[in-house]
Amino acid sequence: MMHRARVPLLYAALIGGAVLTMLPLWWMIAASLMPTGEANTFPPRLWPSRVTGEHYADLFERLNLARYAANSVLIAVAVTAISVVLNSLAGYAFAKLAFAGRDRIFRVLVAALVIPGQLGMLPLFLILRQLGLINTYWAVIIPGMASIYGIFLVRQYALSIPDPLLDAARVDGAGEWRVYWEVVLPVCRPILVTLGLFSLMGAWNDFLWPLVVLTDGDMHTLPVGLANLVGEHVQDTELMMAGAVLTVLPVVIVFVALQRFYIAGIMSGSLKE
Amino acid sequence: MRRNPGALFVAPALCLIAAFFLLPVAASFLLSLTDFDIYAVADLANLRVVGVRNYVTLLRDPLFWVALRNTVYFVAVAGPLSIIVSLAAALLISATAVRAKGLFRTLYFLPVVTGLVAIAVVWRYLYHPRFGLLNAALGLVGIGPLDWLGDPTLAMPAIILMAVWKNFGFNMVIFIAGLQSIPERLYEAASTDGAGTVQQFWRITLPMLTPTFVFVGVMAVVGNFQLFAEPYVMTQGGPAHSTLSIVLYMYEEGFRWWSLGYAAALALVLFAIVLAVTLLTRLRARNVFGGEAGPATGESAA
Repeated sequence: MMHRARVPLLYAALIGGAVLTMLPLWWMIAASLMPTGEANTFPPRLWPSRVTGEHYADLFERLNLARYAANSVLIAVAVTAISVVLNSLAGYAFAKLAFAGRDRIFRVLVAALVIPGQLGMLPLFLILRQLGLINTYWAVIIPGMASIYGIFLVRQYALSIPDPLLDAARVDGAGEWRVYWEVVLPVCRPILVTLGLFSLMGAWNDFLWPLVVLTDGDMHTLPVGLANLVGEHVQDTELMMAGAVLTVLPVVIVFVALQRFYIAGIMSGSLKE
Repeated sequence: MRRNPGALFVAPALCLIAAFFLLPVAASFLLSLTDFDIYAVADLANLRVVGVRNYVTLLRDPLFWVALRNTVYFVAVAGPLSIIVSLAAALLISATAVRAKGLFRTLYFLPVVTGLVAIAVVWRYLYHPRFGLLNAALGLVGIGPLDWLGDPTLAMPAIILMAVWKNFGFNMVIFIAGLQSIPERLYEAASTDGAGTVQQFWRITLPMLTPTFVFVGVMAVVGNFQLFAEPYVMTQGGPAHSTLSIVLYMYEEGFRWWSLGYAAALALVLFAIVLAVTLLTRLRARNVFGGEAGPATGESAA
């Protein structure tokens, strides 16, 4: 349908767009490898005159970045592992198991999807404070352990599991736990990977809540630690960029490796009517 | 029948959601009717119920109106702008002649998965008046230098530009899916009738994408009203409160000054506004499509 003459224009636009999109990320990486002061020159450089890892070393040796990274990894992994299990159990049950009030409860949950997380934030802080959990990992992990959206995602997928498949396992004498473990989980794997990715990236990138409940310097996650670093080291452009790279890179790698699942998840969220 | 496994399976998730999401949300309503402040944080005996006083204070609070105006500004500009950019990107990638669609999609999508804080830090430097990349580029065409984050009239546009860069990939992916769902025969029929590319876009593509627009629009409104990390990291709400958002104001009132009662009232007002806008959008969409409120309205996937 496209006229031949337009094809080069099309690519020019696409490549131009890609360059603009990548430029901030490119500059972040380039600046993080520049010798001190080089990112603050005019005209701005897009390439380090000499590649140096000193700012990365600085972050780990002089500043607390290793601790922030460890905190971030621990929280993100815990939230992801627990939420995938709990949401998949619930999502599968809402789709395939009969229990009293099932459809009514599900309708309430779906209605509650529109409630933004910040609405309950202040009382949640007071509750966790009462439980003595402020400045512990649990303060971030507990609220992330189950989510309505996660349950919804799994339930919509599990609806398509054929009942005979489940019944066959039951006839073979499998209890409900084994049916879940040996039949449902393998069948639902694509959506579980999607759910896991959403949880992982959500937990890794989350800022407002960790900022509120992890005020102790040793408990900071990478985003919180980075935001604090800006306050103290705003002049050290190259150092800040190294910190930004370390915060961004892990999720970018995970995304590129598993993007098929991630994008499929977004698309199914928007197309399922 | 043995003990009901279904109830057991949902119990852990439901208990957690009830205790750490629904209960706090309900408690927000009550909290907003109290004068919960730093004294109550120290000792609950200092807590008093003050009825709607927080809401009255809020209506008279000039900073609330500033924060509301800034947030609405952000929502009203960043949302449509991001939708236009993402639709353009989706159309380019979906063009039949294009190869390597996956590569472009991935590149355009990358900013979406990056963390907002790190990105806000990076853009702070891109906006640097003397050494920033943006001013260097504008300087080539004779504009500037502009003090992006230091000028009250430019700070919000700067935040919007960054937000569009960060978010357009998300909507783009949804538009690509929407474009794929338009039956090819519509275009073939239009071609036979002599309709050009432009005409096909206005007569087929746009109308067929309306449900996608509704979904993307609602998501953008809900998401953009929660503006927080960008001003927190880049401007601290300044200069001259020009980037103070509702959530940032709530954070400062609640967790910096410990006026939790007042902050709860702020959170509730924000929620009421988001809910109203969402419902209005869906209602209008329903009127347009006759009963079809567009995708992902929640219910009935089966």
